[in-house]
Amino acid sequence: MVTELPRKEVAIIGVGWSGGIIASELTKAGIEVVGLERGGERTVDDFIMQKDELRYAVRYDLMQDLSKETITFRNDRDMRSLPMRQMGSFLLGTDLGGAGVHWNGQCPRFLPYDFEIRSQTVDRYGEEKIPDDMTLQDWGISYDEMEEHFARFDETIGTSGEDNEMTAPRSTEFPTPPMKETPAIRLFKETASDFGLHPYHGASANLSEAYTNPDGQTIQQCQYCSFCERFGCDYQAKSDPIITVIPTAKETGNFELRTHANVRRISYDGERTDGVYFVDTRTGEEFFQPADIVILTAYVMNNTRLLLHSEIGTPYDPDTQTGVIGKNYCYQIMANAQGFFDRQFNLYAGAGALAGQVDDYNGDNFDHSDLDFIHGGTIQLTQTGIRPINTNPVPPGTKQWGSEFKQAKAQYFYRTLSLGSQGASMPYRYNFLDLDPTYTDNFGDPLLRMTYNFTEQDRNLAAHQTQRMAEIMEEMGANEVVANPDIGDYNIMPYQTTHNTGGVIMGGDSETSAVNNYLQMWDCENLFVVGASAFAHNSGYNPTPTVGALSYRAAEGIKDYYENPGPLA
Amino acid sequence: MTDENKQGQSNGISRREFLKNSGLVVGGVVGGGLLGGIFTQNFGGTADAPDTVDEETETDSPEQLTQARMFFKRQEDFDVLSAAVERIFPEDDAGPGAISLAIPYFIDKQLAGEYGFNSREYMEGPFYEGAPTQGPQTGLLRRGAFLYGIRMMQNIAENEYDESFFDLEPEVQDEILEQFEEGEVEMTGIMSDEFFQMFRMATLEGAYSDPVYGGNLNMDGWRQIQYPGSQMAYIDVIEEEEFVDMDPVSLHDHHE
Ligand SMILES: Cc1cc2nc3c(=O)[nH]c(=O)nc-3n(C[C@H](O)[C@H](O)[C@H](O)COP(=O)(O)OP(=O)(O)OC[C@H]3O[C@@H](n4cnc5c(N)ncnc54)[C@H](O)[C@@H]3O)c2cc1C
Ligand code: SF4
Repeated sequence: MVTELPRKEVAIIGVGWSGGIIASELTKAGIEVVGLERGGERTVDDFIMQKDELRYAVRYDLMQDLSKETITFRNDRDMRSLPMRQMGSFLLGTDLGGAGVHWNGQCPRFLPYDFEIRSQTVDRYGEEKIPDDMTLQDWGISYDEMEEHFARFDETIGTSGEDNEMTAPRSTEFPTPPMKETPAIRLFKETASDFGLHPYHGASANLSEAYTNPDGQTIQQCQYCSFCERFGCDYQAKSDPIITVIPTAKETGNFELRTHANVRRISYDGERTDGVYFVDTRTGEEFFQPADIVILTAYVMNNTRLLLHSEIGTPYDPDTQTGVIGKNYCYQIMANAQGFFDRQFNLYAGAGALAGQVDDYNGDNFDHSDLDFIHGGTIQLTQTGIRPINTNPVPPGTKQWGSEFKQAKAQYFYRTLSLGSQGASMPYRYNFLDLDPTYTDNFGDPLLRMTYNFTEQDRNLAAHQTQRMAEIMEEMGANEVVANPDIGDYNIMPYQTTHNTGGVIMGGDSETSAVNNYLQMWDCENLFVVGASAFAHNSGYNPTPTVGALSYRAAEGIKDYYENPGPLA
Repeated sequence: MTDENKQGQSNGISRREFLKNSGLVVGGVVGGGLLGGIFTQNFGGTADAPDTVDEETETDSPEQLTQARMFFKRQEDFDVLSAAVERIFPEDDAGPGAISLAIPYFIDKQLAGEYGFNSREYMEGPFYEGAPTQGPQTGLLRRGAFLYGIRMMQNIAENEYDESFFDLEPEVQDEILEQFEEGEVEMTGIMSDEFFQMFRMATLEGAYSDPVYGGNLNMDGWRQIQYPGSQMAYIDVIEEEEFVDMDPVSLHDHHE
């Protein structure tokens, strides 16, 4: 039996950064919103005993319970898709605040190039620069139109940072100055300068000083405690949804938060939605929540899965290259170079977004005429603070256990530095998301199936970045540099990054995209699908400022739609 | 740097004390179970076994009260486990080894709970062997996999060397462990290299996790890599040019 609840003006599915931003903006405008979050309530009091590597960084205490729901994976269509039984490559969030609670807080903006990537690539290098099966497209919006929304996100979270000539231009100053510099980061920056590059201190949501945002929420000063990414901050010093946008929404009195509410389906009559079906996970009770407008902010995986399962929009078919839901799933092309040094650095100290970086090899900041790939990636020395279970740097050839390992670990634990490149990920015809034919979640609904592998473009990009990083590391004075340019096949187990994108992409027309540039669905005008699912490709940066900016943009659109229903674009 | 007295406390005592305190009078032929085990093994294990009894110990320290088996039912399994983790993380110049750090107890406790039951992992069938890029696909729970792997170690020791795993020379124990690492041991439902990686990781977790979990005794796992544990803040250290060595603190210090 399904219990029907009183109608709401807006129902939001999933309350992380995306859902939280939209909730705060709509409720401030006087709109009645219910937030449906599958996980539990969460406050800063939950983080008092947070300095526990085993519980949070190894056993993933704050992340999705895969026994209830996971995805399936295969590298290509000839492989049998199998469930991701344990988390590894990426760490899906759950509970109030979503992954925004246990993120690092690195806050770069995407480049102007990203939003018009196809046009600009063709303009500069010609059509033939884009390989046949690379489903590259513009986003249906320009950076100039996005800038005010980026600025809104920066103001909300209080981003600490500094300007740089290689990054996207800004209309406003950073709300707070850059974080502190460490000897390791200084060494990297000085060396990068010697190469003629343009190093800068990474933009960060671990704040350099206390800050009160325009909504009146205060974020404290970071203590460089090193239990940051994969952990909730016990100081309220890492901007997250539960200390910013969610309390803002609550304070309006227009926000009803319903936790333990797992949405299984969005009701759809072929043109519009009139609400959502969810289950109270504590009792198993089923509910229908009627709503005038529905906002889907359940992250890339469930944004795509819920649309497919609710039969909204046309599923993408790689053979005919028709349909849009599940199209252009992208990731991040990670590369690194490790260096072993004589001296010790205080690497136990750090913060999730404490980094020196260069963007000279990102976007189209460098000439690709003679290169066999497009785009690039940021190169960083990040000092997140190392922890001893997951950090085991020993020179190649060292036995992985026994006395040899134990002594090498004692020797190199603080004598190893790493450079990392977060490479851009270009869409490819055969990398996509659909529903798995075999495996289901604990309700019996089909799991999302990911078909994904690295392409030639990705391998060439990674090799290029690895080479650049190895050169810098060598110059930094490492005795030995380890840099493997071959990224192999995509593997679902080793942690790479939680920067999954695509599946419900935005664009200029309904043939090639699922949502318009207000993230309103072409095929369902009162449904907005918000998050990195809207990215038509992934840039060489962390995604969240772009997710935040798109959320602010969508909120503007939803407010307009609320006044004057109809297609916004 | 290490606390010598810790050696040997982590095992053996409970059986001895138990016998002493039980007031049992045993006559006739001794069979299996507790008595068989005790009498045939001379209840301290052999002199070479890692779990030598500390004769001096009179009263149990607070740690020892949490040191008993929650998961491993058979003493023999626990003794093989102890000997094997000591090879993964041996006592040496760098500092105490797995037994001194109570890693066997850490693993026992972990297997008794969520970790052992793979509680937060997707364990629905059908199960198929996957490609190396698809992650673990075994339907075997960790608690089963550990018992299975440890008994395989013992089988190999007995069949190939005619001795218990824990009575073998360290070099021979290493050879057996290498067979696992190389994936050369025939196992069903899980590959031996996959088991080995899990076993190695569990050992490192026991060396470096907070002492609240029962391993990393006295924070000596952290001390040997100069890891300061769960300090509240490093804002005063973060810009320092020189290495700053500090005494570790653990979650116990965060708890009121
Ligand atoms: C370890 C880690 C480090 C990261 N570091 C960075 C970084 O440094 N910089 C950066 O830019 N990004 C980083 N990210 C990524 C960043 O966390 C995400 O981009 C961001 O949090 C996404 O926000 P979201 O609201 O779109 O999705 P989420 O935060 O995933 O929120 C989605 C919410 O929807 C809920 N939900 C899902 N399905 C349902 C359903 N069926 N019914 C009801 N509710 C549902 C979930 O429980 C969740 O609360 C990191 C991520 C991780 C895991
Ligand atoms: S490093 Fe800074 S922002 Fe991160 S958890 Fe610690 S105090 Fe918070």
